[in-house]
Amino acid sequence: MNAAVVNRWFGRGWLSLGFVFLYLPIVALVLYSFNNSPVPNVWRGFTLKWYAALTTDTEMLAGLWLSLKIAFFTACSSVVLGTLAAVALVKYRRFTGRTLFSGMVNAPLVMPEVIIGLSLLLMLVSMQRATGFPERGMLTIWMGHLLLGMAYAAVIVQARLQDLNPQLAEAAMDLGAKPWQVFSLVTLPMISQALMSAWLLTFTLSLDDVVLSAFLSGPGATTMPLVIFSRARLGLNPSVNAIATLIVAVVSVGVIAASYLIARRERIHAAEMAAASRAT
Amino acid sequence: MSRAGRGGRWAVIGIPYFWLFLFFLLPFLIVLKISVSEMETVTFKDVLTFKDGVLALSLKLSNYVSLVQDDLYFLTYLSSLKYAAVTTVLCLVIGYPFAYFMARAKATIQPALLMLVMLPFWTSFLLRVYAWKGLLSENGWAADFIAGTGLDRLLLAGGLIPAQGQLMNTPFSLVLGMTYTYLPFMILPLYSNLAKMDLRLLEAASDLGASAWVAFWKITVPLSKAGIIAGSMLVFIPCVGEYVIPELLGGPQTQMIGRTLWDEFFSNNDWPMASAVAVAMVLLIIVPLAIFNKYQAEATEARA
Repeated sequence: MNAAVVNRWFGRGWLSLGFVFLYLPIVALVLYSFNNSPVPNVWRGFTLKWYAALTTDTEMLAGLWLSLKIAFFTACSSVVLGTLAAVALVKYRRFTGRTLFSGMVNAPLVMPEVIIGLSLLLMLVSMQRATGFPERGMLTIWMGHLLLGMAYAAVIVQARLQDLNPQLAEAAMDLGAKPWQVFSLVTLPMISQALMSAWLLTFTLSLDDVVLSAFLSGPGATTMPLVIFSRARLGLNPSVNAIATLIVAVVSVGVIAASYLIARRERIHAAEMAAASRAT
Repeated sequence: MSRAGRGGRWAVIGIPYFWLFLFFLLPFLIVLKISVSEMETVTFKDVLTFKDGVLALSLKLSNYVSLVQDDLYFLTYLSSLKYAAVTTVLCLVIGYPFAYFMARAKATIQPALLMLVMLPFWTSFLLRVYAWKGLLSENGWAADFIAGTGLDRLLLAGGLIPAQGQLMNTPFSLVLGMTYTYLPFMILPLYSNLAKMDLRLLEAASDLGASAWVAFWKITVPLSKAGIIAGSMLVFIPCVGEYVIPELLGGPQTQMIGRTLWDEFFSNNDWPMASAVAVAMVLLIIVPLAIFNKYQAEATEARA
C-alpha cells in the first residue's frame, strides 16, 4: 500500500469520526424522544406519549409562540440593518470612525453573551427609569437578538458583496441609474441568496438564544429556550427530547430545502450571466 | 457626488452606526459607570454630583478591590482562561485535519460535506448541549463507550474526572461540551481558507524534492495562518465567558467567570459587582478581540 492510499483512508476515517462526533447527540435526542420509560437512558420500547404530552404543555407552547414571533422580527430587522452595515463597509472605504464601526459590527460575533446581555439590560433599565420606556419583555428581547443577528447578517452579506463585479454597478450608473436604483435593480437581486441565508441564520439564532433572553425578558415573557433551559438544568426530561426532535426535523428540512433552492437559483443566475456575456 | 448620493451615503453609514453606538457601545459605558457606583436600596448613587457649588466625584472601587484580593474571583478567571485555552487547542487538533481533508475531498462532494458541518450548527445549540447530559450520564452511549474502552481510567489518571463512572459535572464533561459546540466555528474558517489554497505550490514543492509531510508543514500550515487565527479566536473568546455549557455540563470544580457574573446578577442581585466582573472580563478578552478584528478586517479587505 502506498502513502497516497493510506492518506486517503486516514482522511476518510477522520471525517467519518468527526461527523459521528457532531451527530451523535442529535441522534440520541431523537431516539430517546420515543423512549417509553420514565428513567432516562434505559430503552423500554417505542412510544409517542411525550409528543402527546407536548400538545397540553401550555408553558412550552406559549414559549414557542413567543420565540417564533421574536425570531421573525429579529430575522427581518437583522437583515435590513446587517445589509446597511455591510454596504457601508464594502462601498465606503473611508469615513470618520470606520475602524470603530467595523469593530462594533464584528465584536458581537465573539463577545460573550453574558456581557452583551448585562450591559444592554443595565442600559435599558436606566432608560426605563428616566423615561418609563421600554418595559422589559418581548421588545427588549428583540433588541438584544437584533444586536447579535445584525452582526451575523453583516458578515454574510459582506462576503457576498465583495464577490460582486463592481463593473455591473458602474455600467448601470453609466446608463443613468440613480444610486438607489443601482442598489435595488442591480445589487439587491444579486445578493438575494445571501439575504436569504442571513434571514434563516438569524431566525434560528434568535429561536435558540438563552443568555440574552434571560437578561432581557420580563415577567410573562418566557421564550421557549428559557423553558427548555430551566427544565434541562434540573435533569433529563423526555419532554425536552420531544420538542428537540420537532425542532431538529423542521430546521433540517428547512435548511436543506433552502440551500437546494439557493443552489438552483445560483445555477440559473450563472447560466443567465454566461448567456448575457455571450450575447454582447 | 449628487445630493441624493450624499444623503444615501449618510443613511447607509449613519443608521447602523447610530444603532450600534446606542445599543452596543453606550451600554458598556453604563456598565463601567455602575461598576463604580454605590448601590442604594433601589437606584444607584450618581457617580458625579454637583451640590452647593461642590462638584464631587465618588468612585466606589471596592468591587475591583475584591476582584483582585478575593482568591475566588482570581482563580475563577484563571480557570476560565484555562478551559477556554484547552478547548481551543482541542478544536484545532480535531478541526484542522477535518477541514484539511474536507478541502481535499472531491469537488463534487464538498458542498455536501459543508452542509453536514453546517447543519448541527443550525439546530439548537442548547439542545445539543443538553443531549450530552444524557450521553454522559449513567447508561448513556458515550458513558458506556468510555467505560468499555477503558478511557475512564486515563481520564481519572489525568485528574479530569473525580471517580471512575462519574463523567458528568466534571472538567471532562465541560471541555467535551465546549469542544463539541465550538468545533464548527473552527472548521468553517479553516475550510474556507484551505479550499482556496493554490495546490500548484504543493506540486512545486514535491518537484523540488520535499516530502508530502515537509510540504504540509512548510507550505500548507503557514498559508492557513489566517484561518487558524480566525478559528482560534472564534472559539477562545466566547468560551472565556461561556455560561450555558458550564451550567449544564460543568460541576463544582469547574467554576467559570460567566457563571460568576450570572450568579452575582441573578442570585445576589449585586449589579455593581456583576458589572465589575463584566469589565474585568472585557479586559481579559480585549487583546484576543483586537486580534480577531484585525484579521477579520484584513480578510475582508484582501478580498475586495
